[in-house]
Amino acid sequence: MSNGQTTSRYTIERLQSIDRRIIFVFIAAAVIIPLLLGASLKEETTPIVRALFDYVDHLPEGSRVLLSFDYGPTTAPEIQPMVDAVLRQCIERKCKLYMMAVWATGHNLVGQTIEEILKSEYPQLQYGQDYVNLGYKAGSQGLIRLLVVDFKRMYSTDAAGTAIDSIPMMQNIGNLKNFDLIFSFGGGFPGIKEWILYAGDPGHIPIGGGCTAVSAPLLYPYYPSQLVGLMGGAKGAAEYENALIQAYPKFSNMPMAGMSLMMSQTVSHIVIMFFVVLGNVLYFIGRNRNASTKPGGEK
Amino acid sequence: MTTKRLTGHIVLGVVLLVCTLSIVVKGLLVTVGALLTLFIFSFLYKDNPYYKFAEHLFVGVSAAYWMCMGFWGTMVPNLFGKLYPPMVGSVIPALKDNPPEPFMVIPLFLGVLLLLRLSSKAGWISRWALAFIVGTTAGLNLVRYLRSDFIAQISSTMIPLYASGAAGFNLGETISNSVIFLGVMSGLIYFFFSKEHKGVFGTGARTGIIVLMVTFGASFGYTVMARISLLVGRMQFLFDDWLGLIR
Amino acid sequence: MKRTVPLLITLVVGAALIIADFVPHRPFGTLGDDFSLYFDIIAVFAFILGGGNLVRVHIMKLSKKRKDWPFSIVTLAGFFIMLAAGLLKIGNPDDIKGDVAALGSLFSDLYISIFTPLQASMFALLAFFVGSASYRAFRAKNKEATILLVSAFLILLGRTPLGLWLTEGIPDSISFLELPNLANWILDVPNLAGQRAIMIGIALGVISMSLRVILGVERTYLGQDND
Repeated sequence: MSNGQTTSRYTIERLQSIDRRIIFVFIAAAVIIPLLLGASLKEETTPIVRALFDYVDHLPEGSRVLLSFDYGPTTAPEIQPMVDAVLRQCIERKCKLYMMAVWATGHNLVGQTIEEILKSEYPQLQYGQDYVNLGYKAGSQGLIRLLVVDFKRMYSTDAAGTAIDSIPMMQNIGNLKNFDLIFSFGGGFPGIKEWILYAGDPGHIPIGGGCTAVSAPLLYPYYPSQLVGLMGGAKGAAEYENALIQAYPKFSNMPMAGMSLMMSQTVSHIVIMFFVVLGNVLYFIGRNRNASTKPGGEK
Repeated sequence: MTTKRLTGHIVLGVVLLVCTLSIVVKGLLVTVGALLTLFIFSFLYKDNPYYKFAEHLFVGVSAAYWMCMGFWGTMVPNLFGKLYPPMVGSVIPALKDNPPEPFMVIPLFLGVLLLLRLSSKAGWISRWALAFIVGTTAGLNLVRYLRSDFIAQISSTMIPLYASGAAGFNLGETISNSVIFLGVMSGLIYFFFSKEHKGVFGTGARTGIIVLMVTFGASFGYTVMARISLLVGRMQFLFDDWLGLIR
Repeated sequence: MKRTVPLLITLVVGAALIIADFVPHRPFGTLGDDFSLYFDIIAVFAFILGGGNLVRVHIMKLSKKRKDWPFSIVTLAGFFIMLAAGLLKIGNPDDIKGDVAALGSLFSDLYISIFTPLQASMFALLAFFVGSASYRAFRAKNKEATILLVSAFLILLGRTPLGLWLTEGIPDSISFLELPNLANWILDVPNLAGQRAIMIGIALGVISMSLRVILGVERTYLGQDND
């Protein structure tokens, strides 16, 4: 074997076993640099997100929308922009907002969302008349099954301990069938799937969803017969925000959290694809070299 | 070795200086959050005591968080508040006049049995509570999975293989519907192991593999997207909420 | 007592919930609702069991001075501080009567400054490892792996604004070749088919396992006799 061949094989092996921290640096740079530059790209709303947006946009005034915060800080970067966009649209449609959580971590996020969106952007809204914070209850699918039959058996008070019957917008709520739309924001267990299985299908209640990108492909079989529409990951959130801005131009000057992620997202995808291609190129070069140096080896 | 240690001390010193300044400018909450984020990210360099500290803290805080949420969200209003309402009168006055529900002693009893799992001698009795949990899950799942994930899915797959609309024959929809129908069928054939994958059945199974590979590819792509989004979220916290560098 | 009673409980509870689905009237309807309520409450005891077990494990680790025992102090300190903040509602603006997670309370502050960054950062780490693992292991070694790779690339490109930008010049007559449209088609058609096949398979598994559990054929959840 010549010296040149040995050197190139050595180089390929070194590149293949490159220190993972070098890859980490590239990924970090791909995320941080676009964020610091504050660049953004054009978005287009896909049919599955559009279906959800249009459904909400056609809800009559005073419709009751239940929003279940089935997520935590882990996935908040993906899910919170969806929640914010849906809340803004629902308020524009003058819907009544009922917020609850089947994830304990969602309870705190309901409070934060009320503070950051409802109280700061829509101070005219009144608690108990326009929106209510029902908080978290344990039980996952057992809880959802019970709410379909009797809502107040589990929710005898709101999150702050106020008697449920003394809250004006809870007067005519007996069970989940009294809601015009249920939104589940999440992706894990319990989440959109459990809402479809234990509430949407048996109660014939429309379910809409916003989930993490990881769980989005798993939920496609439910659309459109069992799921009104779906936002998958940050991309889904950005698409919903795009639809919101188009329908309600007043939001066009407002910073949108989902869209702000997309430039970093795009550059990171390119970096990861680059490394996958590089890994494959090195693999094939190495394999061909090995085959050609083996006596009688097949190519 | 000495140079490495010196570098480590310098990095630590810079971080501590930034944190001290940060407490003054940004407040304690954001600074602690940023510091803990950096502790976790330090694992990318190598496993170290800062990461271990953050990891152990996370475990303890998480367990207590879930307990508190369960206690105040469900146990107090839905167990004690139903079993003997006056008992919760001082914390949830709205419930104190409700009629008591004596049957709520059943979940209390089963719950206490579950806690006996912690005892080495009486641990076996926790099986009663476990049996209740398993039985409820099985009972809830059987019908719902049958209806939503089995019958409804088969029903949704029964779509016209010759698609036509107001404009006449629709080639795109015909192809898509056919791929969905054949994809589901071949996927199911691939998962059927009671018959050898040979002949026509084998062709079906091989087609199934192709469909599943496309599915896994889509899932992989979406997984990458999800992980990157979470990282962007953290970086936004560090560079915007903490350092204020993003416009 | 150790096996018969649990098997009987499983049978009665499971059967009642199934019957309640088909006969939602008394007594099965109410029985089904009651069991669901009991299930929700017992779930909280499971959280307490988890917390109790964590404390037990770390106290044992401390007392026996096992590897990394000083970090058990951190775990226990974090646990008890968070527990006290939550159970006693320390610093809650509405005192003991308010929402446990009310903004401004110590519990909420700990959630914001400790729980959130730790949990979010732990998961954010995965972005780096996905990138590194893709470089090392994602190889187009055969036909199936190549299909997986192509599908993943189409999704990665098509689900970002870059895909739109790269192929927006394509004529309308062949617009299905635009990367976002291709990515959407993959998700809506072959992905849906594959996921549905998997879903049907899982559903059959869940149904048969549920039946086995209710009928007492499946008993592994009861553990060993001496357990």
